[in-house]
Amino acid sequence: SSRDHKLNFKKSKEVCLSYIQDAMLQKQWKRAAEFLTFYIESLEKDYSREYMGPSEIIWRIGTEVLCHHSQSSMKEFNSFMEQMKTLGVKRYLKVCLEHTFRLLCNGLIDEAYQNLSLAESWRYGEQTVIQDKEMKLIQAYRGLLDYYRWSKQKNILLEQGQDGFEDLSVEQEMHSCFRKAVVNLKEIIKIPGVWDQFVKCYVDLLEFYGDHNEARQVLNEYAYNSKFPANPNAHVYLYQFLKRHGESKKSLISALKILHDIAPSHELMIDFNTMLQKSKKRKKRRLGLEVIFAALDYAGCKENAKAWSCLARQVKQIVISEKHLDWIKVEWKSRKDWWPAFHFSRYLAKRNWQENESLSYEKALVAGILLGKDCKYFKYVSHQGCKAQAKRFRILKKFVNKHNPVYLRISG
Amino acid sequence: DFNERCAQCSEVNWGLTDGGRFYCRSCHSVTERTREVVNTDFISNTRIQTISKGLRKQEKNDGGCEWYVCEGFQLVLKKQAEALEALGVCPQMKDEILCNFWRRYLQKSKQAYCKRPAGETVKALSVCDGSTDVDSEPETPSLLHLSLSESEGDLQTDCSFVSSSSKVSESTSVCSGSVDGSLYLMKNQKEKLRMTMPMTLSFCYMALLWLREPMTLSDLLRFVVEGHIPYLNVFQHFPEQMKLCGLDLKIFCVESWPMYEEVYTKMLELAAFLDLPRFPDITDSCFLHPDMLCMKYLMEANLPDELHNWTCRVVKKISIGEADFLTLVPGNKSTRKVKYDVLAAAVIVVVLKLLFLLDDHYEWLLSDFAEERNKNNKEDGPYFEYKKWYKVIKCSLDVEQKKMDEERAKYLWRCEKPLFYSAEKKSKVLKRRQMVVNLQNQFGKLSGSVRPAEKPNPASFQLSWSEENADGSCFHGHSLKGILQEKCGVLTAVNPDYWLCTVKLCNEKLCGHPAHYKEVDFPQSYHFVLRLFSFLLRIQPSYIHDEVCLIEHKLFNKKLCKKPKFNPGLRK
Repeated sequence: SSRDHKLNFKKSKEVCLSYIQDAMLQKQWKRAAEFLTFYIESLEKDYSREYMGPSEIIWRIGTEVLCHHSQSSMKEFNSFMEQMKTLGVKRYLKVCLEHTFRLLCNGLIDEAYQNLSLAESWRYGEQTVIQDKEMKLIQAYRGLLDYYRWSKQKNILLEQGQDGFEDLSVEQEMHSCFRKAVVNLKEIIKIPGVWDQFVKCYVDLLEFYGDHNEARQVLNEYAYNSKFPANPNAHVYLYQFLKRHGESKKSLISALKILHDIAPSHELMIDFNTMLQKSKKRKKRRLGLEVIFAALDYAGCKENAKAWSCLARQVKQIVISEKHLDWIKVEWKSRKDWWPAFHFSRYLAKRNWQENESLSYEKALVAGILLGKDCKYFKYVSHQGCKAQAKRFRILKKFVNKHNPVYLRISG
Repeated sequence: DFNERCAQCSEVNWGLTDGGRFYCRSCHSVTERTREVVNTDFISNTRIQTISKGLRKQEKNDGGCEWYVCEGFQLVLKKQAEALEALGVCPQMKDEILCNFWRRYLQKSKQAYCKRPAGETVKALSVCDGSTDVDSEPETPSLLHLSLSESEGDLQTDCSFVSSSSKVSESTSVCSGSVDGSLYLMKNQKEKLRMTMPMTLSFCYMALLWLREPMTLSDLLRFVVEGHIPYLNVFQHFPEQMKLCGLDLKIFCVESWPMYEEVYTKMLELAAFLDLPRFPDITDSCFLHPDMLCMKYLMEANLPDELHNWTCRVVKKISIGEADFLTLVPGNKSTRKVKYDVLAAAVIVVVLKLLFLLDDHYEWLLSDFAEERNKNNKEDGPYFEYKKWYKVIKCSLDVEQKKMDEERAKYLWRCEKPLFYSAEKKSKVLKRRQMVVNLQNQFGKLSGSVRPAEKPNPASFQLSWSEENADGSCFHGHSLKGILQEKCGVLTAVNPDYWLCTVKLCNEKLCGHPAHYKEVDFPQSYHFVLRLFSFLLRIQPSYIHDEVCLIEHKLFNKKLCKKPKFNPGLRK
């Protein structure tokens, strides 16, 4: 029980730790620092056999306190981190890495770079082998910072070019950063994982120096290698690359197809639908409809006028052609129970009309087709629109009225 | 005095070297015989011995000297006695009582003051006499099966054990700074009542009890925890030359607060081991007598003084105020040993039960009556209202408990003097210590304007209440009139009922306790009262509960013995 009048060293430090944790959760940094002061002596009894021993606890808690405490400075933080590095050799590289992150968060890029370089040169017998993963990360981040430096030099060069002035040393520096960067970036993205930032930077470098093939290779690997975890961004990067290089619609579409499977609400789905709608192939157009409906299933696109306009356009086109109404029927079947409340409530009608007239216009068209001219949404918006004497709403009203029977066939 | 003939020149003309050895003044040859030294000084380097030994090496490489574990303990006791003297205990305790107890202990455990110091499996250097009974074949102690607590895991890997069949002066290597540290920890020391740090407190308490000083065991232990009596890290007061390392740490380093039970039980064992006679009588003018202690605790618990009449009545009724009951007779296994503080607290609890029943209903009912009466009558003194008292005490108790909990969390165990198991570890330990100090400074500065933890002044009373407080939060002078009535000229309680804590007492020899307390089984008021005294005495509520059960069984003995029909809800 907590009212125990027994106390030994171990229990005493456990209790102390719980006070620290409470203080931290309540953001009482002074109090956390106070209790941490009493916890610190457990370092003298650290046998490093537990899963998380005192030295790791002090490192992590101390970092948080120093980062949040109002009176703490970067200098103090650095000195603390240096002490933590000497505390546990098994953790050395991890501490270096975390130190670097904090420096970066505070905008101290050069210090971070120095830190990484130092860590890279660390050797400690078999520990170097054991901490191989951390070492790779350190090299990868240094590569990233090399890229950053390259990027800076590049900008300087461009500016100078504009001024008609050229500095060879800047160019040389730029190339040297490039060489350093690619070595490390190339290495890290070989390992299965999520390396978005690294991939982007690497591809940027490759594109600049004209190695498009390598870039495409890298992006394909990143997107399609099954060893790598499913990552929507990988497909986005690939798509953007292909678009930049004017690849065929076919390859663009195939790049986005998987994105639709894994991230149906992604904003690129709008572009995807636009491409598919224009396709001559029936299957593609069908897919387009599926894609845009799926995107609007999610709250993210709810107020996206562009998305609605895509759906509206396609729906309108289908209704006018009177072909493939069954497509709409199929898509609507699983949605008719909840889309009305989700998108077409009277409340939303009011709000959309107030906030975004174009949005309400597009939505009203869709609502009118799917739910008929008597549905709440369409009635309200078209009434408001006509009252405001906006021409397009009058046209809209006419259109929906004309095609009203369609809704009966859709809702089946 | 030494009267033998010199082996070299056959003269009888002896002198003493500086090292205490006899030398022949005629031919200047030095013997191995040393002079018997009976040194009553409490100085650190005395090794009280009477057998021929090699010269104590005053110098080793690191400026240390040879020292024995019992010397270390002697120092500890000295420091503790000095601290007690500073707290007001009479100087007799240190100079006579404790000192004699210790000497007697050394004698009985054959560490000194006798012909054959125990634990000396080491061959002494060539003795002229030749007829010693020192074990000629020392067993090679196997030290690998020492029981190590989980907190000292590294000891096993750090120390390399050396069998001590070599000479004394050479066996002080990596194992311990003291000469006999490794021997000390061997398991077969049970019969001799091996000295431990908690036992130093047993010694102190025993001396206090002998002198009938006004300090209970719970007071003593509280002073230890508060830092007024050296215990934790007391080795930092050892002189420079007494180097501690290795197994010494296991002996002298304390990593937990001393436990009441442990210290008390050891004290009894010790008293028996030392063959002490009956202790001086505890009479009703002694502080430790239940009448006195009850008065103190009643004051501290902010209860009406009138309750004292009742505690005295209970004490008298069950004869626990008798000198024969209260006085310690070592070795007498038949009498139950008395824990004065727990006993007094339990008496108060029983009295509260007698008067207020404490069944979570009746006490509040009585309180309501008192409150009514107090509202209507402001001139005469107030009647005691349980409810009011409860609120005041609960508030204070919660505050104090919270303080205590925070103090527990902030307790510092380490001290300036670094400890290391072996010389190789020294630099690592010192570096760690330096880092700890740096970090403490760094975060200490970020702690805001927090005053450094100061030792609270030693106080006999932890809670104090003053009648001068206008808010009426002091209940000492309140009257019990509302809950008493007169019957046949005798004042009795209005409450007619009583509930026993337990119908049957357990056999202590089997399960260690006469009762087993579980909070959920009892009324909350009862638990609250136990909690109060548990806080004051710094012991588990179950200890007080045990004592309450025993008192009740004595008090209602007649009714309990009436078999077969027995009703646990008694009418008094």
